[in-house]
Amino acid sequence: MTTLATEPALLTLTDVSKHFSIPSPRALRPTERKVLRAVDGVSLSIAPGETFALVGESGSGKSTLGRIAVRLSEPTSGTVTFSGQDVTHYSGRQLRRLRPRMQVIFQDPLGALNPRMTAGKIVAEPLQAIGGLRGSALDDRVDELFRAVGLDPAQRLARPRTLSGGQRQRVGIARAIALNPDLILADEAVSALDVSVQAQIANLLDELRENLGIGYLFIAHGLPIVRQLAQRIGVMYLGRLVECGPADEVLRNPRHPYTRALIGASPVARRRARRERVVLAGDPPNPLSPPSGCRFRTRCPQAMDLCASQPPPTVEITPGYTAECHLLQ
Amino acid sequence: MRAQRRKGPASAVVDGVSFSLNRGETTCVVGESGSGKSVTARAIMGLTRLEPALSVSGEIWFDGKPLHQMDNPSVARLRGRDIAMVFQEPMSSLDPLFTVGSQLTESLRRRHGKLPNQNLRTRLLALLSDVGIPDGERVLRSRPHELSGGMCQRVMIAAALAGEPDLLIADEPTTALDVTVQAGILALLERIRTERGMAVLLVTHDMGVAAEVADQVLVMYSGRIVENASADEVFESPRHPYTAGLLSCVPALEGEKPSVLPTIPGSMPSPEQRPPGCAFHPRCARSADRCSTETPLQTQKPGLEYACWNPIEPTFLPMPTADVPTHTAQAPKEDAR
Repeated sequence: MTTLATEPALLTLTDVSKHFSIPSPRALRPTERKVLRAVDGVSLSIAPGETFALVGESGSGKSTLGRIAVRLSEPTSGTVTFSGQDVTHYSGRQLRRLRPRMQVIFQDPLGALNPRMTAGKIVAEPLQAIGGLRGSALDDRVDELFRAVGLDPAQRLARPRTLSGGQRQRVGIARAIALNPDLILADEAVSALDVSVQAQIANLLDELRENLGIGYLFIAHGLPIVRQLAQRIGVMYLGRLVECGPADEVLRNPRHPYTRALIGASPVARRRARRERVVLAGDPPNPLSPPSGCRFRTRCPQAMDLCASQPPPTVEITPGYTAECHLLQ
Repeated sequence: MRAQRRKGPASAVVDGVSFSLNRGETTCVVGESGSGKSVTARAIMGLTRLEPALSVSGEIWFDGKPLHQMDNPSVARLRGRDIAMVFQEPMSSLDPLFTVGSQLTESLRRRHGKLPNQNLRTRLLALLSDVGIPDGERVLRSRPHELSGGMCQRVMIAAALAGEPDLLIADEPTTALDVTVQAGILALLERIRTERGMAVLLVTHDMGVAAEVADQVLVMYSGRIVENASADEVFESPRHPYTAGLLSCVPALEGEKPSVLPTIPGSMPSPEQRPPGCAFHPRCARSADRCSTETPLQTQKPGLEYACWNPIEPTFLPMPTADVPTHTAQAPKEDAR
């Protein structure tokens, strides 16, 4: 989307890194620690009412980046700007004021919902704690939220255990939209659901985006669902954002060899569409000791000598579309 | 391998499932969670015998032998030799306390008994290189936590192959893995199937995976097989509305993008709440009066079975790339590579 230039961004991450210091596996001396660069110099921005999808393999840093984006964790360096405010180092009371505007939907709804509470109580909790609603106003709002996510208000008394997977995820979504957030982090929110239910929830998320103008940071590993929902895509590999641009462009004409491999490896439920299966050599390298130069070079079919010695430049393909690869120069 | 029939207790998790597997072919069992696909797979392995809550009836014929009449020790002798299984969670299927080498040795002994050390080592390394692990020496000495998920799954497949099985059952073998690693594992399964001519029964919830590797597809819904046909038939002209629904709600990576994804309303009933008649009728757009009262019978045509009173008529017209078959009901079969 080209809204970027005209509209102020909802969320901007600038050169964000998150490093974890972990004990070196071989050392018996506890002083010897290694640095894991889970996220390393990532910049991206999300416009209001836009779905930005982060894709990549497990361990690529997508969830870590997502947690930084909603300030569940503080970046090691870089800045997080949320509707014009620098929220990078917010803490305590400041964060608490920010929370209603950024919410999270998790992958496993059963784990994210308190088993002892009824669905109605779960949705009502943020309304009481932060919205300050009570009595019939609270009841009405909960009913309204239930209907907004396609649940029967009669199910307010049900506990998470007795609901189906799709219904649980709807409860999680109702809770997330209760305080009219501007940004929702959906971390693999549809990945654990069966396909028929996944489509229902995906449609619901998209409908809420259109009606309520919510922006999503949508973390997923399945490309087809990302294509359906996202306006823009960021592809992560070992902590780096290797390609970032408009969803249709990135999926139709990927510039980075890793994005091409991801697309080629995605199974397609059409017989005629069976393509040459791209099989990447090996597994992702250990993030504790990433390869020199380009981090993807050890698995890249097009790696050159240059890739080992120098990190690839960030190349702007069109405004708002970047990729990191030596081949693009 | 011969046909099988299995019926469960009153609220049957799996009810009246019959199918046969052919040597050298990959059969995919697809369906959503709770459809009974894993129970079916485990029943073939005889693993349901170990679960007191499950009683399995019916017949399972394997290579001319009636598995359903055999006692537990005899089935146990087949397990890991003639029939081997690969599970979803490679990390938890391997024992964390033992090295890969010692666990693979155990699998090798199931078929070959005790082997002299030198011979054993060569065989272990051959097995690992067979499943695409180049630095076998290191992997043999490793324990599961030192390996990645994809590597562990390769080790599991190596362990399954060690017994030189005729039938390999893989229950969601790639679900826990990343797509790039999944592609490698699927390619591996396909290669060893053609090389060794064994039958593969692959349980998956992912229609994409089935489209990639299946020769035959069994679609399960609420404990029953609703459609059983060649993969080409299932993906190009599904007869059962559930199959068609499953296919349409998978978003595509190419072509026209719908503004709203097609969905199947509702969700699958649990075995206790299974509605009378066709279990799918409350969610089905094509359901008629009959569907809510009478359980649909299996309609059998050559290479094609489905359980539906109101099946979708095949249309061969919208096929973009292929020639339109004029007088055969079966789409041309792609060669298995």
